[in-house]
Amino acid sequence: MPGVEGFIYPNELELQWSVLIVLYPFITGLVAGAFILASLERVFNVQAVKPTYRLALLTALAFLLVAPLPLQLHLGHPERSLEMYLTPHTQSAMAMFGFVYLWYLMVVLVLEIWLDYRRDIVLKWRASTGISRLLYGAMALWSDNISESALKLDDRLGRALTVIGIPSAFLLHGYVGFIFGSIKANPWWSTPLMPIVFLFSAIVSGIACILLLYFVTCWLRRVPVDMPCVDTIAKYLYYAFLVDFSLEMLDLIHRLYEADESFRALDFMVKTRLFTSQIVLQIVLGTLVPLALLGLSQLVTFREKTRRALYVLAGSLTLMGIFAMRWNVVIGGQLFSKSFLGYTTYKMEFATREGLLPAIVLMILPFVILGVLIRLLPPWGHGEGDRGTHAQG
Amino acid sequence: MDQDRRTFLGQTGKLLVLTASAAIAWEHVLAGRPEEAPNYRATDHWWGMAVDIEKCIGCGTCVRACKTENDVPHEAFTFRTWVERYVVDPADYEHPKVESPNGGYDGFHEREVRDPNLKMFYVPKLCNHCAHSPCVQVCPVGATFESQDGVVLVDKSYCLGCRYCVQACPYGCRFIDPRTHTVDKCSLCYHRITKGLTTACCETCPTGARVLADLKDKNDPIHAFLREHKVQVLKPQMATGSKMYYNGLDGSVR
Amino acid sequence: MKPRASDYVHLVRMAGLFAVGITAFLVLRWLMVPADFGELGHYRTGAVPDNMARPIVYAGQAVCVECHADVAELRARGKHVRVACESCHGALAAHASNPDGQKPVRPDPRRTCISCHSANISKPKSFPQVVPEEHAPEGSCAACHAVHNPKIS
Repeated sequence: MPGVEGFIYPNELELQWSVLIVLYPFITGLVAGAFILASLERVFNVQAVKPTYRLALLTALAFLLVAPLPLQLHLGHPERSLEMYLTPHTQSAMAMFGFVYLWYLMVVLVLEIWLDYRRDIVLKWRASTGISRLLYGAMALWSDNISESALKLDDRLGRALTVIGIPSAFLLHGYVGFIFGSIKANPWWSTPLMPIVFLFSAIVSGIACILLLYFVTCWLRRVPVDMPCVDTIAKYLYYAFLVDFSLEMLDLIHRLYEADESFRALDFMVKTRLFTSQIVLQIVLGTLVPLALLGLSQLVTFREKTRRALYVLAGSLTLMGIFAMRWNVVIGGQLFSKSFLGYTTYKMEFATREGLLPAIVLMILPFVILGVLIRLLPPWGHGEGDRGTHAQG
Repeated sequence: MDQDRRTFLGQTGKLLVLTASAAIAWEHVLAGRPEEAPNYRATDHWWGMAVDIEKCIGCGTCVRACKTENDVPHEAFTFRTWVERYVVDPADYEHPKVESPNGGYDGFHEREVRDPNLKMFYVPKLCNHCAHSPCVQVCPVGATFESQDGVVLVDKSYCLGCRYCVQACPYGCRFIDPRTHTVDKCSLCYHRITKGLTTACCETCPTGARVLADLKDKNDPIHAFLREHKVQVLKPQMATGSKMYYNGLDGSVR
Repeated sequence: MKPRASDYVHLVRMAGLFAVGITAFLVLRWLMVPADFGELGHYRTGAVPDNMARPIVYAGQAVCVECHADVAELRARGKHVRVACESCHGALAAHASNPDGQKPVRPDPRRTCISCHSANISKPKSFPQVVPEEHAPEGSCAACHAVHNPKIS
């Protein structure tokens, strides 16, 4: 059989989950990570990262709106997908995730963004005409009370939401990890570490994404980069990456040491079919190099220009590395046979429903949505700080 | 060589009784109304299967019968049941050579190298109808379930085609039907066993290597089978509660 | 500056929106979930009779014996006693429900036998097997062996 090496169970010839299912944890990971960065400022009062606060929230929203789309394209019967909400099987991680997603979207993100932006929304409502006026009026729920006491209320509620939001973000991406980690049939996936590894790699990818977006938006707006801000973000990226790296090393060392029945098959797979994506892209270029660059920038004080270049390079490599990690988990977990005696191949097509083209479109779409959101609800506009509602007073 | 008279009479007697009840059942089968079939109470049954590796000759009749009975696609590489051939070198026990050409549909060709020192045997495989099924556990909507009589079934009109259950099955017995875009797998010929017939694979197995078992029936030969043989299930460490009991299952079987 | 009632208006409206959403969801649930869902377990009870309703393609040997008792009797005396009719003759439910209209195709008197009896080192040693090219290079197996009660002759 073409593409098969050794023995596979007959039904294992074709992979079940395609590149779209690689996209899905990558996208939800960016959401969780962006939110954690935003909450650094809100809850832990890390003032330096304020310039990215609103940008991070809008980015999280843009990505979260796109997250269900790869899943819909993948389903055999997308028209039945509502069944997950109507008759969810409470023992199924996938079903319960639907509610975690809904909770996070509606209660955490949408509410928090609304509360933070409400003053600006009302001001825009008062100042606009025509369709814009209708839109902003609806967004304000036709209440134009932006008195100090009302805004203080918003601030307190917003803060409470962020406090709830942090464990919710952990739950959001930890759950995706659990969807894989709870499958005892698949030894590449089945580990209690999976939710935590997913979570920390999500945080890393989200922080890196906001870092890069901040550079891009400053460049587009022709505004100087706030160096203390990006220095702080890079610092947190470094710390998060250290934890993520340690966790992944722990998993690897554990596997090598225990060398259970699946080890030989998995080891062979990593050294052959997964070599480029795992060793080269994920570990060396995607983890070790950015870690070295970021670590270096913590030890040595470089010039501003050097630091900026370093951060952009490290951030880009990080994003590539985390995408490779998702690929290695999802695709890697299906390349070997559950008989541990053989391997199959992933034939990714281009212009089919689950091919590369829709994957590329789905990766571009969140940035388009972000563009629209930035237009509607500019993250900056009050001068330096861009603090939003909660900075008043 | 003639059978002795006692066996002959016994066989004929059994046939006559079977024939009588089959005649009644057959009319209802033709009518296509299961409610009129002799009262089938699901809670009276607990279905499994006895598979005897020592009897399997790898002829592939079961694979062909299953595809015919259950309209399993031929073109797509998908199987509700299949047969594997194991070639085990006792010196390299942990790494058997296994093959399943077209799932065993056309049987197996003679091996080119006939080394008498190697251990060889066939293993028929199918859905294990697990009592603690991991595939049922992960289905997000309840489109696969274990019936009251112990058969893991698929609700094709409800399945989303998310493929989570295919990932969760340790035995590789599930697949996506490319025509309906829903999941499909061995249903233990539920449409047959609830009408007093046996499964297509058990019916056509020429050596009696596959025999349907009703564990709640105290007269079922499965009880003697389990008592008198060294029996094993596939991947016992997964604790799936598999009800396919294999006699002669070698430790090298995956 | 203590908040007045009017400061809560926008929050109340948002809460109202959520309430509307949850209600809509509950109504949708009531409308769309199949009535027989969840009776026996987390599934649609109707799926059980759905699975029972497939067409029968293999009749089962008890049905064949109803008309062909003579063959069954012959078989009962020989080594093929446990081989079901449809193992060799293929699926016969169509023939059983329309015996004259649906005549089954006679199995190939060589290939059918070879599919089980061709020698293969992987088969159990006790199973009767021959190398077809050496045993009988051509011709029908039925020429020497009465297939329903195979004799060595």
